[in-house]
Amino acid sequence: MALRFVKTAALAAAISLSAAMSMGAARAAEGEVHIPPAGFSFSGALGTYDRAELQRGFQIYKEVCSACHSMHLLSYRNLRDIGLSEAEVAAVAASVQIQDGPNDNGEMFERPGRASDRFRSPFANPAAARAANNGALPPDLSVITKARNGGADYIHALLIGYAEPPAGLTLAEGMHYNQYFPGHQIAMAPPLSQDGQLTFGDGTNATVDRMSRDVSAFLNWAAEPELETRRAMGVRVLIFLAILGGLTYAVKRKVWADVH
Amino acid sequence: MAGLHNSEFANPVVRWIDQRMPVFTMMQKEYGTFPTPRNFNYFWNFGALAMINLVIMIATGIFLAMNYTAHTSLAFDSVERIMRDVNYGWLIRYVHMNGASMFFIVVLVHVWRGMYYGSYKAPRELLWMLGVVIYLLMMATAFMGYVLPWGQMSFWGATVITNLFSAIPLVGNSIVTLLWGGFSVDNPTLNRFFSLHYLLPFVIVGVVFLHVAALHITGSNNPLGIEPKGPQDTLPFHPYYTVKDSVGIVVYLMVFAVLVFFAPNYLGHPDNYIPANPLSTPAHIVPEWYFLPFYAILRAVPDKLMGVLAMFGSILLLFVLPWLDGSKVRSMRFRPIAKWLFLLWTVNFFVLMWAGGKPAEGVYVLISRLATAYYFAYFLVLLPLLGKIERPLPLPESISRPVLRGGGPLPGAATAQPMEKA
Amino acid sequence: MADTLAPSSSPPTTGGPHAPADGTKRDFLKLVAGSFAAVGVGAIVWPFIHSMNPAKDVLALASTDVDITHVAEGQAVTVMWRGKPVFVRHRTAKEIEEAKAVPLSELRDPQTDQARVTREPWLIVVGVCTHLGCVPLGQKSTDPRGDYGGWFCPCHGSHYDTAGRIRRGPAPLNLAVPEYEFRSDTQVRIG
Repeated sequence: MALRFVKTAALAAAISLSAAMSMGAARAAEGEVHIPPAGFSFSGALGTYDRAELQRGFQIYKEVCSACHSMHLLSYRNLRDIGLSEAEVAAVAASVQIQDGPNDNGEMFERPGRASDRFRSPFANPAAARAANNGALPPDLSVITKARNGGADYIHALLIGYAEPPAGLTLAEGMHYNQYFPGHQIAMAPPLSQDGQLTFGDGTNATVDRMSRDVSAFLNWAAEPELETRRAMGVRVLIFLAILGGLTYAVKRKVWADVH
Repeated sequence: MAGLHNSEFANPVVRWIDQRMPVFTMMQKEYGTFPTPRNFNYFWNFGALAMINLVIMIATGIFLAMNYTAHTSLAFDSVERIMRDVNYGWLIRYVHMNGASMFFIVVLVHVWRGMYYGSYKAPRELLWMLGVVIYLLMMATAFMGYVLPWGQMSFWGATVITNLFSAIPLVGNSIVTLLWGGFSVDNPTLNRFFSLHYLLPFVIVGVVFLHVAALHITGSNNPLGIEPKGPQDTLPFHPYYTVKDSVGIVVYLMVFAVLVFFAPNYLGHPDNYIPANPLSTPAHIVPEWYFLPFYAILRAVPDKLMGVLAMFGSILLLFVLPWLDGSKVRSMRFRPIAKWLFLLWTVNFFVLMWAGGKPAEGVYVLISRLATAYYFAYFLVLLPLLGKIERPLPLPESISRPVLRGGGPLPGAATAQPMEKA
Repeated sequence: MADTLAPSSSPPTTGGPHAPADGTKRDFLKLVAGSFAAVGVGAIVWPFIHSMNPAKDVLALASTDVDITHVAEGQAVTVMWRGKPVFVRHRTAKEIEEAKAVPLSELRDPQTDQARVTREPWLIVVGVCTHLGCVPLGQKSTDPRGDYGGWFCPCHGSHYDTAGRIRRGPAPLNLAVPEYEFRSDTQVRIG
């Protein structure tokens, strides 16, 4: 019986695997370029976030990316999760002006942000964003690592992937060559172009690779803030199920003992 | 005591209820003492697994609906709010999302088992057909559920699938407009999909009830495909199969947990985390994996109407499978030719699944066409033909004899082989 | 599942070929496995229940700022806080005096006026009747304010005084005082 059970389980696994592989194959066909894995602290099945890295990543988002990219699904209060204190969160929120209203006179007004406010978007609407960016829409970054093949690895690769176009390739007006962008022509100018472009609060040397890594990690956290809780719970659930499975199987053996 | 059911239960409360409404007697009869063939292998777990999965989907779905907003401008954000702000929202949503995949894995194995061991043959034709109805309802439910997060794949999947109906001559376009409630997939479409996505699972529950009711009239098939000849061939369902199902359930939950906790988006498509944009179609539209074989059949046929007919036909064909298969022998263990042709059909099904995920160009089209041809040929040519020409192996006398003789599972090799090949 | 949940020691009722040779061992195993499964089911139920509690964004919105610059003496404003009305009333000297003059023995829910305000003219209470949750009248000068000059609940006739205390009618408690602080002379943060 045990043998047969193992075989059935193997078959079920094979079926899921084939299904998964056909998905994977379908995806591989889409991305023509190989994305180098960046080896993040959260990359493995049990990996966790590095809070210092996330904080540096947030600094980069705030000082560089947020000029064009919104993150409208996040609130300032979420920053508590990357290790900012309540006072720091309040200060970050208060440093931006948020539109509120209407007031008693029926007018909209601006006020300093609060922890409960969503991240302020750089543009009022997508049309305004396009108008300011040469017709290209900078995507919202809230779930960007879930929305791209390769996730954080892809974002990291993209940020360090700017290069001179190969001979013979003429770039369209306002476009930039990028090794890892599908089609290689991207409207975004290299956002992190030189070492020391900004100064990290924790004194980390701000190389382009470091900055790209940190902001990719931050974006991964933004897309999957539940990742650590999820994995920790997963370990506990699997341990529980393994014990329950052993017990159930023992009961099953006992119950069936008199049949065989 | 006229009018009261003659209850055998001692507990006074149970007895009082049972005399007036014999649910306990019924449960005892259908799930307690129900005589079940003693030689089930673990493939017979998958019916119970499907039942559990349905319960999980309905439970998580009800709680998701408490926080979901069916409006084009709010749907995407409301799903992300569930993921971020609702307590354990991420867990409930990921269980529901991956639960759909688990449901199809479980049901496909269940169907495969029915086909391999000939469970669809007389007298279980109606039981089988009810199963096909459940499968169709599941596909409709899954399709509409996938639309609800209102990502790019939701939107374009809905557009492509609803447009299938435009292939119908004369009234096609009117039907599509009716489905949409407008001139494109838009808010009315999202709203009705939400309504139907909530409704259909309960219809499935109803059909499952009929499916089980029919099963308990004919009794279960078994790996040998021969009917039990007496009490020596059966075991009471409880505790033998309740405990055996429990083992399967725990293993199933472990696979489920690995998906939910460690690879929740593995079976999904990243494009569905991009909010729906009616002005831009993603480069490669791919349905969820469980639709890929049928998607491949659709694309294999160069004509629009014929493609749609082939796709629906490939599933509807299952309804008449009991009459296409002319062999009197149920289990493929005793059908030397059909066994291999069916295993080839199984491989072919995976080929279709693989091809459905590839772009519709070049060699993929050729492969899809060959695989589609074999898919239909198996049902329409090979099975009817084999009924006439195949010489089955001698059947065992009864279930208990081979089982008891060896003291272990019978033809171990015979069961093992097909599993590995599949 | 049902089997493991309800550990039963009854042997199969029909067709059970043999009685178990080591019945106690099986029963103990069943009990352990059954308890384990029961714990598992219990653990599964909690996330579902907890998902119905207020979500994080709902909890985060738990404070409201009110500008009281333009609320003249004798006037009142109603602001929304956690989906409920909050009454902010600029009391007159006479109203304050009335509120202070009431002996505690006359009150159903004894509380002094001082205990219910932080700055004397400003009374801030949750505008929800403690009987069954209606919004009492009395914010507008044209509203009936009941027999004690505060608020009057039209649903079941509860009368509140100028400190928001229950004086007559079915309501058991005074109007609740929310947590609030004066951030400046003109700004109050509720919650």
